[in-house]
Amino acid sequence: MRVIVPIKKVIDSNMQIRIKADKTGIEDSGVKMAMNPFCEIALEEAIRLKEAGKATEVVAVCVGNQKSEDVLRSAFAMGADRCILIVTENKIEPIDVAKTIATVARHETPGLIITGKQTIDDDNNQTGQMISALLGWPQITFASEISLENDKIISRREIDGGAQKVESKLPAVITADLRLNEPRYASLPNIMKAKKRTIESATIEQMGIETKSRIKIINIEEPPQRKAGVKVSDVKELIEKLKNEAKVI
Amino acid sequence: MSVLVIAEYCSEGLKSATLNAISAGLQLGKVDVLVVGYDVKSVAQEVSKAQGIEKVILVDDKIYEGGVAENISLLVADMADDYTHILAPATTIGKSVIPRIAVLKDCQAISEITEIISEKSFKRPIYAGNAIITIETSDEKVFATIRSTAFEAVELSSSSSIEEKPAGTDTALTKFISSELVKSDRPELTSAKTIISGGRAISSAESFALIGKIADKLGGAVGASRAAVDSGFASNDCQVGQTGKVVAPDLYIAVGISGAIQHLAGMKDSKIIVAINNDKDAPIFQVADYALEQDLFEVLPELEQSL
Ligand SMILES: Cc1cc2nc3c(=O)[nH]c(=O)nc-3n(C[C@H](O)[C@H](O)[C@H](O)COP(=O)(O)OP(=O)(O)OC[C@H]3O[C@@H](n4cnc5c(N)ncnc54)[C@H](O)[C@@H]3O)c2cc1C
Ligand SMILES: Nc1ncnc2c1ncn2[C@@H]1O[C@H](COP(=O)(O)O)[C@@H](O)[C@H]1O
Repeated sequence: MRVIVPIKKVIDSNMQIRIKADKTGIEDSGVKMAMNPFCEIALEEAIRLKEAGKATEVVAVCVGNQKSEDVLRSAFAMGADRCILIVTENKIEPIDVAKTIATVARHETPGLIITGKQTIDDDNNQTGQMISALLGWPQITFASEISLENDKIISRREIDGGAQKVESKLPAVITADLRLNEPRYASLPNIMKAKKRTIESATIEQMGIETKSRIKIINIEEPPQRKAGVKVSDVKELIEKLKNEAKVI
Repeated sequence: MSVLVIAEYCSEGLKSATLNAISAGLQLGKVDVLVVGYDVKSVAQEVSKAQGIEKVILVDDKIYEGGVAENISLLVADMADDYTHILAPATTIGKSVIPRIAVLKDCQAISEITEIISEKSFKRPIYAGNAIITIETSDEKVFATIRSTAFEAVELSSSSSIEEKPAGTDTALTKFISSELVKSDRPELTSAKTIISGGRAISSAESFALIGKIADKLGGAVGASRAAVDSGFASNDCQVGQTGKVVAPDLYIAVGISGAIQHLAGMKDSKIIVAINNDKDAPIFQVADYALEQDLFEVLPELEQSL
């Protein structure tokens, strides 16, 4: 069984972001970039399935500009067997990412697609759900545990207030929760080897996808800043202030 | 404008986030509420009291048990022609179904709206709330989730009719097996007025129990940082932050939490923030209204005694 893992390149989660002067985007030149953390978790799960003999091939797919090659090198270094870059120089929306991945899936006929549950830049939490709708496959969002049994998959999903167990048919789309696994670090020799690997590539137009911008950015602004408050010297003063000043207890 | 709001519920009944989503919907136009699930008649009854709505549509069938997204999405996609906006709270069911319904209608969904500018223009947080984007969609219909902390809940003080509709197609793609819900007598995290959260520095589940005792004295809920959850001090559903729950109580007390941006993303809209930390440079102090720089192991017992 083949597993496809869609991967996005994002600004590293430890970086402080800066809004561009024209307020239509976030500064990304000269900023440290990384694989979206939830994509790392998704990729780790796929690699573990292969190591356990449940999957035969792990294919990482990124939709992005030419410079997104480096996250695919990281995917090779972690253990992906093949990497595909679908090139587009435009910023594209989840629906078009989903259409692209669904098209790749029709060619590659995977048994599973594992996406991250969300990207940490746009915080959409949409693409996995959209891919599965386009393919008419089951969707298992926020998976924290999966087990494959013949032609079905049993999953534990994180839901508000606890967890839920569900059974789905294969092929299926899974979106990886934070607690699905702890991704491995790539070893130095694997990072070196990854530099020489071949990334398969096509443009989004060659895939037959007509992208369309549906969401216009009007403005990007800083959130309202909180003012730092006052220091209290002990518990007694804290309680006094909460009672009489803030009136919240 | 005609708006459909998909209700969220749990085994205890209607989730209050639904009432925030209804209030967002009322800013846009007339609101119908859809309750879809299995054994959810009481939820329909409860939400039919929501002020300002036109009617409740109830679809009760075993194929929706546990909120099976594939089946719910098909059902709602079939109803979509009657509405200009389809909204749901940004909770488990909402996040799972809204993108799926949107794409079935060839539309781009909009996640976690915090402000409505016009029928096609909205604000939402990106980069864990470090930037707020204003967008305008050119899609014919709007499919969106609503961040509940950004909208006042409507009151349950009215009464409207409940219209029952038959179930849609069973895709038979996913079957609900069971759920494990964390039982708690405390208020639910996302609607609690007071929250006390613990971080990595609490160091053990035993010490974390003290957080629970203080929460009980305050009549509040218990939250946690990711580090505290990963260390096993608190259950997953207690996590506050970018990938946990977004909360905005009247009082948020952060104990032994450094204030990483991913944590702040989930709590910085709280009315009053108290930070208890022994490091004067901890970033959490930059957002705290009251900063107590002291060892938490001294503070917690004293706090518990004095409340
Ligand atoms: C993609 C991604 C998503 C994430 N999502 C979330 C999320 O949703 N929620 C979340 O919380 N985190 C999230 N994180 C993790 C986040 O980056 C931080 O690692 C985490 O919040 C740290 O938890 P903490 O503050 O408890 O621990 P630490 O950062 O270790 O802080 C512990 C604090 O306790 C203080 N302390 C130590 N001893 C004492 C003492 N005796 N008395 C008083 N204070 C003391 C220290 O000074 C320190 O400030 C995410 C990270 C990533 C990459
Ligand atoms: N440009 C992209 N290329 C490949 N995969 C993507 C891309 N954007 C999103 N994804 C996948 O979809 C998941 C959820 O993203 P989102 O819906 O944007 O929050 C990510 O974790 C990836 O697995």
